[in-house]
Amino acid sequence: MAYQSAFAALADPTRRAVFERLRAGPVSVGEIAAGLPVSRPAVSQHLKALREAGLVRHEADGTRRLYEVDPRGLGELRSWLDRFWSDSLAAFKAEVERPRAKAPSTRTSPRRKAPR
Amino acid sequence: MSTTVSTPAYVEPVTRSVHVAATPARAFEVFSTGIGRWWIPTHSILASKSPQASVTIEPRVGGRWYERGEDGSECDWGHVLAWEPPRRLVLAWQLDAQWEFDPALVTEVEVRFDPAPGGGTDVTLEHRCLERYGAGAEAARSGLASEGGWSGLLERFRQLGG
Repeated sequence: MAYQSAFAALADPTRRAVFERLRAGPVSVGEIAAGLPVSRPAVSQHLKALREAGLVRHEADGTRRLYEVDPRGLGELRSWLDRFWSDSLAAFKAEVERPRAKAPSTRTSPRRKAPR
Repeated sequence: MSTTVSTPAYVEPVTRSVHVAATPARAFEVFSTGIGRWWIPTHSILASKSPQASVTIEPRVGGRWYERGEDGSECDWGHVLAWEPPRRLVLAWQLDAQWEFDPALVTEVEVRFDPAPGGGTDVTLEHRCLERYGAGAEAARSGLASEGGWSGLLERFRQLGG
């Protein structure tokens, strides 16, 4: 699954360092390699793995190729959290709007409720 | 919007919103100190597998966010980063990809309570700093390999949702 390959791709420390280099915006292979103790071909290999994991994408800038973080990376994690919070907010809305005259839910916090 | 992170986000945050027929003050109170009244009880990660008895957010900056099982065991989920009733709450969500509390991991959940133009409150939740999961990838990889790891939980919640 996509999120698994994303985590696996980031398990390599050098690859993680390459990924970190992309945080500020699109950069070329040469620019990445300049700040790291690894060769350009090695950087290219890491970028390839990151692309295959869906974490990085590239675009052409003239004759250069610029790499950037793919915001859809870690998509499985995001979509899971998206659904998690949707369900949670629906439950929250139901509780907020429940008529207060009714008996309180049996699931109560151990803490005293804050005064309104 | 103020933020407690200085590094640019490079994984898009998860944002959800809901309108509630209540004042911001009441919405804030139910969301925070009243979280145990609405939290979906199957959203639990107690190591003891005990049924969830309560969920608590302590009402102050630095306060704990945790669950407690019927057997009395507790599991931290994070802590309060900003406590600004009735308009803003920021929580640190510190569960790693193995669903264990990791004090070194801080992802942020910001909840805003804004008066809606037509009455009631617009509640907007943003879960951000998800890129920080990448830093824990080493640990995550081993967790993902097991049924009890991230994939197991994803599957469990999928089944719950039908």
